[in-house]
Amino acid sequence: MAKNNGKNTTHFEAGVKDYSAAGRHYYSPGYEPKDTEVLAAFRITPQPGVPFEEAAAAVAAESSSGTWTTVWSDHLVDGARYAGRTYHIETIPDRDDQFIAYIAYPLDLFEEGSMPNLMSSIVGNVFGFKAIRALRLEDLRIPPVLLKTFQGPPHGIQSERDRLNKYGRPFLGATMKPKLGLSGKNYGRVVYEALKGGLDFTKDDENITSQPFMRWTDRYLFVMEAVNKAEAETGERKGHYLNVTAGDMEEMYKRAEFAKQLGSRIIMVDYLTVGFTAFASLSKWCRDNGMLLHAHRAMHAVIDRQPNHGIHWRVLAKWCRIVGADHVHNGTVVGKLEGDRAATLGTNDLLRENYVKRDLSRGIYFDQDWVSMPAVMPVASGGIHVWHMPELVNIFGDDVVLQFGGGTLGHPWGSEAGATANRVALEACIKARNEGRDLLREGGNILREAAKHSPELDMALQTWKEIKFEFDTVDKL
Amino acid sequence: MYTETFSYLPQMTEEEIRKQVDYIIEKGYIPGIEYTYKLGPKNSYWNFWKLPFFVERNADTVMNELGVCRQKHPNAWIKITGYDNKRQCQVLAFVVHTPQN
Repeated sequence: MAKNNGKNTTHFEAGVKDYSAAGRHYYSPGYEPKDTEVLAAFRITPQPGVPFEEAAAAVAAESSSGTWTTVWSDHLVDGARYAGRTYHIETIPDRDDQFIAYIAYPLDLFEEGSMPNLMSSIVGNVFGFKAIRALRLEDLRIPPVLLKTFQGPPHGIQSERDRLNKYGRPFLGATMKPKLGLSGKNYGRVVYEALKGGLDFTKDDENITSQPFMRWTDRYLFVMEAVNKAEAETGERKGHYLNVTAGDMEEMYKRAEFAKQLGSRIIMVDYLTVGFTAFASLSKWCRDNGMLLHAHRAMHAVIDRQPNHGIHWRVLAKWCRIVGADHVHNGTVVGKLEGDRAATLGTNDLLRENYVKRDLSRGIYFDQDWVSMPAVMPVASGGIHVWHMPELVNIFGDDVVLQFGGGTLGHPWGSEAGATANRVALEACIKARNEGRDLLREGGNILREAAKHSPELDMALQTWKEIKFEFDTVDKL
Repeated sequence: MYTETFSYLPQMTEEEIRKQVDYIIEKGYIPGIEYTYKLGPKNSYWNFWKLPFFVERNADTVMNELGVCRQKHPNAWIKITGYDNKRQCQVLAFVVHTPQN
């Protein structure tokens, strides 16, 4: 046997190489991203001693084609074709421990129409990578060629307005309370009162599905009786978001079918907790069956609240539009829940507009062309009441669902009066805005004038005037 | 019975209607007048009172036509609409006249 049978010959350079090493493509400053590439902006906090370039290259590598060591089979593929490339690094003023890395991913890394595949690549194992102390995906540009492989919202804002015959104002809604314990018949009563008083929508809570105190069939039957009765009595089109969230897809389809059979205009899903595949399947069912889809974002704060680690809400919101919901909860700016004002406005644009320009003051890192994908109606919900109305109309404009849960059901005279108070306040603000009045300066007077014609609003103004929410937001731009 | 936007406010005066028409025109939207004798949640298509004002977007003209429509159809519901042909949809619609009998 020959002594040197090849074992000592260099057939490939084995061992660990820097991710940022030349020839590995992962660190390519000045690289010009292609129009077809997915672009990501990561906030990277490297472990102490790891240079920014190496950390950025490591993130690009581990979220695309790279492994910790070189392997012989690397030589069977064209590495340049599959490498994520850090093409730009931005330092952050007054921070020397973290920076923003811009990474371009070739289109071939992704399967068409698969959100799980996109997520497993870009926000997969890389988030547990040891050389990185913390990692946050701030924004993601989806190129039109990939975007067009997704369905998007089943119907979108314009179609929803036409179906509901409501123009020139936000929609008004309320979540039914108490969250848990109401029987089907009692629940339907709460729905009926709120819709009869002037709301457009009522909503299941995210954790209402089919518990022992109220099985889903009971809820659906009584809710739809309430919706139909309120429509007949008010002459207006109305809806209730029937939550179809369930433990498996077969059960969700079953509930969706029953909602359709009862004539519901809209159903609801907890889009993060059911997972993106289930969400996508349901969204397609909704388009096929002419059903509007309301998405609740329960669990989002687990993922998006930490400023240094996780995924920013704007990315989760984009994914919601891409996979497809007609409504999704966004911040209120003024209520009890988190949400920096500028970032909330930026996310509103990402949900509603057809083209959004890069604007760092609102946290938008990339131009995003939505290439006519339908728009999503943002939902502002949580801790808001009539006194917030002028500011909400000023912030959100017409295309939004304003949901006053406590602000409707907490009215001293009951939810019908609470609903009427909100409706009068909303219409007074819209009328005043159209007349050219300044809602932020004159908001109080506009409400007080309207209350002269509405004892329900007058009572609401007396009930809630003292409530304020002035905690600072955790995550600021 | 209610009729969607502004139907929870007191009946608008002519001056108030005029201000909303001004808003429609200033925004570049197309004003229009529609009427119906059949109110209800299932009626998407009201009758056009002539065609929407695609070319002559003038508040005086709209208000005059509204007056004529009211004379001809005192017992109908009449609404003003605003149409945005960039977004390709209605952006405002509110009832300004309810049946007199």
